[in-house]
Amino acid sequence: MNYFTEAIAWILDPANAEGSGGVWARSAEHLWYTLLAVLLASVIAIPLGYLVGHTGRGRGLVVASTGAARALPTLGVVTLVGLILGIGLVAPLVALVLLAVPSVLAGAYAGIEAIDPRTIDAARAMGMSDWQLLTRVEIPLGLPLLLGGVRSATLQVVATATLAAYVGAGGLGRFLFLGLKTQDYPQMLASALLVVLIALILEALFEIAERVTARRLHVV
Amino acid sequence: MIRFDNVSKSYPDGTEAVRDFSLQAPSGQTTVLVGSSGCGKTTLLRMVNRMVDPTSGSVWIDDDNVADIAPVPLRRRIGYVMQNAGLLPHRKVIDNIATVPLLNGTPKAEAHRRALELMELVGLETSMANRYPDQLSGGQQQRVGVARGLAADPNILLMDEPFGAVDPLVRADLQTELLRIQRELHKTIVFVTHDIAEALALGDQIVILAKGARVAQAGSPQQVVAEPADEFVADFLGLGRGGLDLHLRETPGGTLVVDGHGRPAGRLADPPRAES
Repeated sequence: MNYFTEAIAWILDPANAEGSGGVWARSAEHLWYTLLAVLLASVIAIPLGYLVGHTGRGRGLVVASTGAARALPTLGVVTLVGLILGIGLVAPLVALVLLAVPSVLAGAYAGIEAIDPRTIDAARAMGMSDWQLLTRVEIPLGLPLLLGGVRSATLQVVATATLAAYVGAGGLGRFLFLGLKTQDYPQMLASALLVVLIALILEALFEIAERVTARRLHVV
Repeated sequence: MIRFDNVSKSYPDGTEAVRDFSLQAPSGQTTVLVGSSGCGKTTLLRMVNRMVDPTSGSVWIDDDNVADIAPVPLRRRIGYVMQNAGLLPHRKVIDNIATVPLLNGTPKAEAHRRALELMELVGLETSMANRYPDQLSGGQQQRVGVARGLAADPNILLMDEPFGAVDPLVRADLQTELLRIQRELHKTIVFVTHDIAEALALGDQIVILAKGARVAQAGSPQQVVAEPADEFVADFLGLGRGGLDLHLRETPGGTLVVDGHGRPAGRLADPPRAES
């Protein structure tokens, strides 16, 4: 058997499935870390992105600083924050949020920037206040691109969340680091395959969500 | 009545869109600002609802200086119709029309009932109420735009090349409808166009603008055609270039009206009877 079939066999082995350290539980943990990181990143990045998109100001600053954030090596951030705050979930979460913020932010302001300026102009000329313009026109019409931003953030995070196990937290990274230490390469490959599977499922869900949103908004 | 008092608009980069412009647009009448692109006509229009604030001078609606009215409430009492309609793509036709009444706090049922009435007024089937703008033709979208402009029952209607993006047949249709609506409602309309034929068709008062919104001539359609103030006006109207210099020509099929180049402009509907 080659590594690939061994890895599949490892995933399907009932002995590896159950329990708090099993495939199911680790996958759930992995998904949870991903959702938590993307959610926290959204709480930070969406209002900021809307502010930039609505006012048209601060774009240069935001692009520069998020570009810099993208350049940070995630493993380095995990190690650094881990050294300061200790092992556990906080350090990888900080790193994952930093990773997710730029994409979500870009989606939020690009969504507003992409709206036909004549639509915005007409909305203002009818007497919409800034808040009404934002909530009734810019946010709904910007949704498809925002979803795109959240989608790419999610995919980056789901792949990188394996690093949580590096500082003692759970997730599918556990199998990866365990396999590395014990030279159990099928187990490492199994971990990677599971991450790919979750990524593909999330990708499909986002694809559906984007299509439904665009169709409902008549902005295709 | 709308009154422009010595308004100017210049931009930080030094361009001067409007220089010392004064005009009165009488209540219940249609004033058409006509000129080539870049002459400042749209800037003037947008000064009325404070989409643009003049650098100097003032704009008055009856006895109120618009600079003293906050932009949002001001805009809600002025109808605005723009080229390409500017409809909200994610809202149904009926909600697009009801936008301003809903912003003003009119109950939804009442706003929708009013929107349906307006659809009939502008010649739209009420069965289209639940469609979205992308499911309408350009002409239908423009009708929705007019209905939306009228929805809050404003005294003033600002129209910025509203029929510029539709084909000539539909445009003629929309112009006829606008004349009919105006006979019914008597709004104070300020209408911007670069099309002199449209200006002559719709305006009670025609204001021909040169660069920097200089008034080349203001008067009734008859006045500007019969007595163009200068070369510029005559040229803009197409006088002397054959455009509006019409002649009669007898043909076997009847009396034709032809332009200065001998091209048919129409036929004489009511030919003078030959003396016997």
